[in-house]
Amino acid sequence: MLKRTLIGLMSLLVIGVGGFAALAWRPAIAPITPPAVSSFAPDLVARGAVLAGAGYCATCHTAPGRAPYAGGYAMQTGFGTIYSTNITPEVETGIGSWSEAAFRRAMHSGVSRDGSHLFPAFPYDHFTKLTDADVAALYAYMMTRTPVRAAPLENGLPFPLNLRPLQAGWKLLFFQPGRYVEQPARGEVWNRGAYLAEGISHCGACHTPRNALGAEERGNAFAGAPIDHWVAPPLTKANPSPVPWSQDELVTYLRRGVSRFHGVAAGPMSPVVHDGLARLPDADIAALGLYFADVGQAAARAAEAQPAIERALAMNAHGPGLPYDPTARLYAAACASCHFNGGGQVNALRPDLALNSAVSLSDPTNLIRVMLYGVTAREGAPGIVMPGFAPALSDADIARIAAYLRATRTSHPAWPDLEKTVAAVRAQGRGQE
Amino acid sequence: MTRFTLNGRATTVDVDDDTPLLWVLRDEIGLTGTKFGCGIGMCGACTVHVGGRATRSCITAVGTVEGAEVTTIEGLDPHGAHPVQTAWKDLQVPQCGYCQSGQIMQAVALLKDFPHPTDGEIDAVMTGNLCRCMTYVRIRAAIRKAAEANHG
Repeated sequence: MLKRTLIGLMSLLVIGVGGFAALAWRPAIAPITPPAVSSFAPDLVARGAVLAGAGYCATCHTAPGRAPYAGGYAMQTGFGTIYSTNITPEVETGIGSWSEAAFRRAMHSGVSRDGSHLFPAFPYDHFTKLTDADVAALYAYMMTRTPVRAAPLENGLPFPLNLRPLQAGWKLLFFQPGRYVEQPARGEVWNRGAYLAEGISHCGACHTPRNALGAEERGNAFAGAPIDHWVAPPLTKANPSPVPWSQDELVTYLRRGVSRFHGVAAGPMSPVVHDGLARLPDADIAALGLYFADVGQAAARAAEAQPAIERALAMNAHGPGLPYDPTARLYAAACASCHFNGGGQVNALRPDLALNSAVSLSDPTNLIRVMLYGVTAREGAPGIVMPGFAPALSDADIARIAAYLRATRTSHPAWPDLEKTVAAVRAQGRGQE
Repeated sequence: MTRFTLNGRATTVDVDDDTPLLWVLRDEIGLTGTKFGCGIGMCGACTVHVGGRATRSCITAVGTVEGAEVTTIEGLDPHGAHPVQTAWKDLQVPQCGYCQSGQIMQAVALLKDFPHPTDGEIDAVMTGNLCRCMTYVRIRAAIRKAAEANHG
C-alpha cells in the first residue's frame, strides 16, 4: 500500500518537474555576426533614440563610472542584488550576437538569446506592449551604439531564487504577454499616453506596489511604492498633494523637472525626466500628461487647486517666527531664504513647502532625503542646487524642521518616530549617483 | 573633476566632489570675497549665486554644481556698481564688513524675486544672513533704496 502510494507520488513529482521543465524551456536563438552600423536606416535609428529616451534605458543599463549601456548598475530588489546587463553591440559581453528576433523575444517575453529566462527586474512585463516596429527601431538604435567590452557582474540572488527556470513559474502566475490594445473611445492622445506609460516608459515599475513575489499588484496600479530608498508617490487620486496634478502641471514637470505646485524631479525620477523623457517630442509629453491627469482624476479635484494655493501662501506669513518658537526660528534661519513665497503668487523657483508633495506623503523619506542630501544642479530644476544639510544639522534638528513643516503646512497626522527615520536615512547614505 | 561657469568664465577644478564650494572659491581659485562664518549654512556669510539663486556655499558640495553658473560677490558687477552695491555705498551700510558679501548677494536675489519687497518679505528672505554689528537697519534701508533705483 505504502509502496504503491510512494510510487504514485514519485511519478507525479517526476511528471510535475518534467512538465515544468518543458514549460520553462525556451530554445536558444542562433548567434549572428553584429550587423554593420550602415545597414540600419538613419531615421530608424533616430526613432530608436527617442524610444530609448522614453524608456530611459541608459539609466538602468549604465553604472556610475562605466560606459553608456555597458551595464553593471546594481538594483537592490527585495530578493537580492541584480546587476543590469551590457546591451552594447559587443559580441562576447553584450548583445552583439543577438538577432532582431532575439532582441524582440527579450523585450516581449523576457527570454534571453540563449533561451534562459530574464528576471523581471528587467521590466519586460511592460515592454511586451511595444509594437514590433518600435522594437525594430530600438534594435537599430542599440546595435549602432559603441560596443563596450564589459563582463556582466554576478547577481547576488540566493538559492533557489537564482534559478532562472523558476521564472517560468513567475511568468505563469503574473505575466500577461501581448501588445498594447487601443481603446478607441478614449481618443488618440490618451492612447498615445497610455501606450508610452504602460509600455516603454514603464512608469508602474516604480509607481505600482509589488506583491511578495515581486510582481506589480494588478488592480493597484500606480498606488505608489518604495524605490531605491525613495518613495515613488501614488499617481492615482490617492495622491495627497494639496494641488491636484493637472495635465499642465504634469507636462511642466515631465518636460522641465519642475512643478511650482508640487516640487522638482529629484532622486530616481531625475534621470527619467532629464536623461530620458527629455528626448520625447512635446506631443508625447502632452500625451503622458493627459494620461496621468486621467489616472489621477485631476479634473474631479480641479476646484481644490486655488484654495490650496491661497492657504499655502497664507502659511508663508508665519514669517521669521515667534521669538519663543525655536523651531520656527530654525526654519526661518536655515530654509526661508529660499522657500519663502510672498507677493500673492507661488514662484516656481521658490519651492513652496506647503504645496510640496514630499511634505504631504505619509512616508517622510523623500523630504528627509532632500533635506539631508539636497538636489544637485543636474537634478530638479537644471542649474539650480539645494545644498544638503547632512553635515550641518543633527538628526534631531532635521526631524524638528520636518515635523514643523508637517504640522504647520499640512493638516495630515504627524509622522511617527521622525528622529529615528532621519538617522536611518542618514545611515543609508546618499546612494549611487 | 568638476566643470562649471564662475563669474562668466568656464572653470574646471580637480578636487574631491564633496569639497564645499566655499573652499573651492577661496582656496583653489583665490576669490576671497565670500566668507566663512559658521560652516553649517546658518549665518549666510558664504552666500553666492548658483543659477542666479542665492546658495550657501559652505554646505554646497562642489560636485553638485557641475555644469552650473556660479556668481560670487566679485562677479556681481565688473566695477562694483551693481545697484545694490551702489545703495550699500550710498548708505555706508557695512560696519566691520564681514557679513556684507553674503548680505549683498542675498539682497540681489531678494530683489529679483520681490522687486518692491515689504518688510515681511525682507524679514523672511534676509533672516538667514546674520550681522553681529547689527547693521540690519541700514541693510533694510539700502534694500529699499536699491529697489527704488531699479524701478524708479
